[in-house]
Amino acid sequence: MSFEKFQERPLIKNVSRRDVLKGIASTGGLVIAAQFLPSMTMADGGHVNQYKTGADGMPGGVVWDPHVYVSIAPDGTVTIVAHRSEMGTGSRTSLPMIVADEMEADWSKVKIVQAPGNEPKYGNQDTDGSRSVRHFIQPMRWCGAATRAMLEQAAAVKFACSNMEVRAENHKVVHIPSGKSVGYGELAQIAAGLKTPALSTIVLKDPKQFRYIGKGNVQITDLRDITTGKAVYAQDVRVDGMKYAVVERPPVVGGKAVKWDEAAAMKVPGVVKVVAINPTPMPAKFAPLGGVAVVANSTYAALKGRAALNVQWDDGPNKVYDSDKFKQQMAETAKKPGKVERNEGDFDKAIAGADKVVEREYYVPHFSHATMEPPAAVVKVNGDKAEVWACVQSPGGTRGDVAKTLGIPEDNVTVNVTLLGGGFGRKSKCDFALEAAILSKAMGGTPVKVVWTREDDIQHAFYHSVSYQHVTAGIDKNKKVVAWRQRSVSPSLMSNFMPDPKRESALELGLGLIDTPFNVPNLRLETGEAVAHTRIGWFRSVNNIPHAFAMQSMIAELAAELGRDQKDFLLEMIGPARIVDPRKSVTSELWNYGDPFETYPIDTGRMRAVVEKAAKEAGWGKQLPKGEGMGIAVQRCFQTYVCSVVHVKVDAKGNVEVPRVDTAIDCGFHVNPERIKSQIEGAAVMGLSIAKMTQITFKNGRVQQSNFHDYPVLRIGQGAMSVNTYIMPHPPEVPAAGVGEPGVPPFAPAFCNAIFNATGKRIRNLPLGDQLSA
Amino acid sequence: MKLKVNKQDKSYEGDAQMPLMWYLRDELGLTGTKFGCGTGLCGACTVHVDGKAVRSCVTPMADVSGKAVTTIEGLSADGNHPVQKAWRAENVPQCGYCQPGQIMNAAALIAQNKNPSDAQILEGMQGNICRCGCYQRIFAAIKAAAKEA
Repeated sequence: MSFEKFQERPLIKNVSRRDVLKGIASTGGLVIAAQFLPSMTMADGGHVNQYKTGADGMPGGVVWDPHVYVSIAPDGTVTIVAHRSEMGTGSRTSLPMIVADEMEADWSKVKIVQAPGNEPKYGNQDTDGSRSVRHFIQPMRWCGAATRAMLEQAAAVKFACSNMEVRAENHKVVHIPSGKSVGYGELAQIAAGLKTPALSTIVLKDPKQFRYIGKGNVQITDLRDITTGKAVYAQDVRVDGMKYAVVERPPVVGGKAVKWDEAAAMKVPGVVKVVAINPTPMPAKFAPLGGVAVVANSTYAALKGRAALNVQWDDGPNKVYDSDKFKQQMAETAKKPGKVERNEGDFDKAIAGADKVVEREYYVPHFSHATMEPPAAVVKVNGDKAEVWACVQSPGGTRGDVAKTLGIPEDNVTVNVTLLGGGFGRKSKCDFALEAAILSKAMGGTPVKVVWTREDDIQHAFYHSVSYQHVTAGIDKNKKVVAWRQRSVSPSLMSNFMPDPKRESALELGLGLIDTPFNVPNLRLETGEAVAHTRIGWFRSVNNIPHAFAMQSMIAELAAELGRDQKDFLLEMIGPARIVDPRKSVTSELWNYGDPFETYPIDTGRMRAVVEKAAKEAGWGKQLPKGEGMGIAVQRCFQTYVCSVVHVKVDAKGNVEVPRVDTAIDCGFHVNPERIKSQIEGAAVMGLSIAKMTQITFKNGRVQQSNFHDYPVLRIGQGAMSVNTYIMPHPPEVPAAGVGEPGVPPFAPAFCNAIFNATGKRIRNLPLGDQLSA
Repeated sequence: MKLKVNKQDKSYEGDAQMPLMWYLRDELGLTGTKFGCGTGLCGACTVHVDGKAVRSCVTPMADVSGKAVTTIEGLSADGNHPVQKAWRAENVPQCGYCQPGQIMNAAALIAQNKNPSDAQILEGMQGNICRCGCYQRIFAAIKAAAKEA
C-alpha cells in the first residue's frame, strides 16, 4: 500500500552521522571516519529528506535560516520564532518544537516569540489552508539541524578539535574523546558569528532520536497564560492614549449610509468623533464594508453612540437576496446541464442503459465562523508609518493591505500578531484592521481600537457559501454503480477578488468535488451558475463540507437502495488501492491544495485504511438497540484522509444524541499527536453544530441572525462528548498533511447516515433542525 | 459607589448602567474577563460576584455596589486553583479565549457542589460556549478538579 509506494520512491536517504560518531567513540577511529564521512555526503548529494510542497509558491516562500529563527542567550535560553498565527491549532508550539527537537534543545529552556508580519524575512505567514505543519515541517527541521551543526562547529572551535569529535546532546555539546561538554549558552556567541550551512550539508536527526516530535509530550506554550487570564488577544490590546471605536455597517453588502444623526451620537458622554467610512464596491477583497464609525473614550461609550446614530441606508442591488428564493433558484439551475468540470467515460450512455437510476439533491446553507473572540484590531498611524495589533491569520497580507489603505510603503507598517480567539478562516480577512487604520488616520494618528460585537460578527462575516448539489447515479444489473453525475451550484469566494465569477473556481472544485477518488467508470462533474449577493469566505474546510455531504450521503443512499452495508459499499466505491489522477479528465485544472500532485497524490489505499480503522475501532456492524445507528463517511481534505463513524441515538420525539464518535486520520508523518486529537475532537463539535443547528439566512439582503440565541452553536453535553481519535503512523518520508480542517467534512454526512440507520429517515438539507420531529 | 475587585477596594463614579465587563476590561485593564457576546449567552465574561458566577456583560455596575468581584486574575494568588491545574493537566484549551470564563464558571460550580454528578456538571456548564469544541476535556477537567478540591 502507501508505505511500499513511498519506499519505492527515489528518496534522498537520511544518513545518521550520529551512528557513525558512536562508532568513532568506541574505536577512536577519527581519522578514518573523518575521511569517510564527506565522501558519503558527496555520494548522496545531501542528507536532507526533501519533498516538494506548495510552500515555495506562497507569498514569501520558505525561510529556514537559524539567524532569522533562533537566538541563544548566554544563560542558555533558546528563543525560537513562531512565524504563523495561533488560533487554537497549536502551531505556535508545534513549529518551534520541531526546531527545538532537531537542534537538541531542552524544551524547558525554550522561549517562543511571535513574529510580526514580515514575509520577506520569515517566509509565508498565511495561517490558513491547514498549511503550517504541512509546509513548514521540513524548513523547521532544516533550521533546527542547521542550528545544531553551528553549535557543534562552535564547540569544535572551543575545544580546538574537528567538528567530527563533537556531538550536540540535550542543550550542550559533548567533546567525544574527553567526555567534556559545553552548554549552548556558552557557545551562543561563536555560533551566532557562523554562516548558516548549505542545505545539502545538513544532517537531520534519526527519527528514533526525536525527543518531542511525534511524542505528544509538549504542552502548548500559552497554557499557563490562558488559564490565568494573562493571554492577550486583539480584543485585549491596550495602547497608551487609545480610543475605542465601533462601526455601524451596511446591513446589505454594497449598501451606503445616506443619513445619520451625528449630533445624537456626539451627545453621548465619552464620544469624541463620528467618522463615515466609504464602502468599496464588490469585488472589494478585504476592504471594509463601509458605514459610520463612532470613536469614544471607552467601548461602552462607543456602543451607546452607535446606538444613537439611526443610520438610513441605500441598500443597493443585493437587497434582493433571499435565502428561500435563492435555494429554489439553485435547485432549478442544478436541474439543467452545467459546465463540465471533469468527465470520464460516457455518462449519458451509461445512465440510459442503467438498470436503476437514483437522483438526489442536497443543500448546505451559509455559516458564520462565530469565533469566540469577535474580530478586533488596534492601529496607530504616525505620519507615513503605522503600527497594527491584530488577531489576523494573515499578518503578511494584512501588512500589505494596511499599507495600501493608508497609501504608505509596506516596509513602514508593523503588524503585531496577538493570539487569535479562534480563526476558522474569518481572520484571514483583515477588514477589521483596515477599519482601525482608516479611523486612526481620521483621528490624526491617535491609536484606535476597533471592536466588533457578536452582532457585528454574525451579520457582517465572510460567509461559508451556500450550496446545492444534484447527484444522479446509475446502477447496472450487476448492482454496480456505473454512472455518476454531480452538479454543484454555489456562489464563489472568488467574488471577493473578481467581478461575478459565476461558478466555483478551480480552487473550490478541488475541495472535494473534481478530486473525487470514487471508482465509477462514467463520471461527470458539472457546475451551475450562482451569483454572490454577500461576502463569501472560506470557513474551516471550505467547499469540502457541501461536496462531502452530498457524495458521502449519496453513497450511503445507494448502499440502502442495494441493501448493502454502508461501510462495505463505501469501500467498494473507493475501489482498490491505487493512485487516482484526475488531471487527465478535468476540463481546466486540478487544484491540489497548491501542492505538487507527485508529493500528495490521491491515494485510495490510504483512504481505505482510514475507513477500515475507524469502522473497526467503532465496532461497526455490532447489533445496536432500536433507535440507535452508526453512520460512516470519509474525505480526502487538505492532503489528509479522514474517516468518521458517528453513533447516534434518536428518541421518539426525534431528539438526536451523539454518544460516540470514532475518527481515523492519516495526515502523513505527524508532529504533535496531542494537538491532532484536540483538533479532531473540536472538528466533531463544529461538525455537529453544522449538522444539527447552524445556519445563516438572508431576507431583503439582510442576515436574519444576530447572536447565539438565533445562531446557536453546540454547547457542552449536546453531543460529541466522546470522540476517539486514531492517528495512522508514518515515517517522516510520508509528507505531513493538514490537520486543522480535515476533521470537519466527514462529520455531517456520517451523522445523517447514522440517523438513516437509526430511523430510516434521510436528511438531505442541513441543518437537521426539527426535521425528525416534524 | 464602592466595590472590591480581587480583594482590592475600588470606587466607581460613572454610568451605573454600564456593564461590569467594560469596567473590568476598559477601566481596570483586567482583560482576562473576555468579551464574547454582550448578551449573557456565551459565558466568556464570567466572573464571581460574592462567590457566585455571573455574566459580567449583562451585570450593570449598579448591581455590584458594595459587592466583592473576583476575576480570573484573582481566582488564585499563584494561578494554581484546582480548576486551573486540572485545565492544564487535561490540556483543555485550543484558542483559549473562552477558557477564563469556563474556569470561573467551573470554579463556582465546584465551590457550591463539592461532588457534582455528570449531569450537574453538564447543566452547570451549559452557559459557556467553546467554539473550538473543547467540551470533552472541559468535562474531564471538572471531574478531576472536583476530586481534588
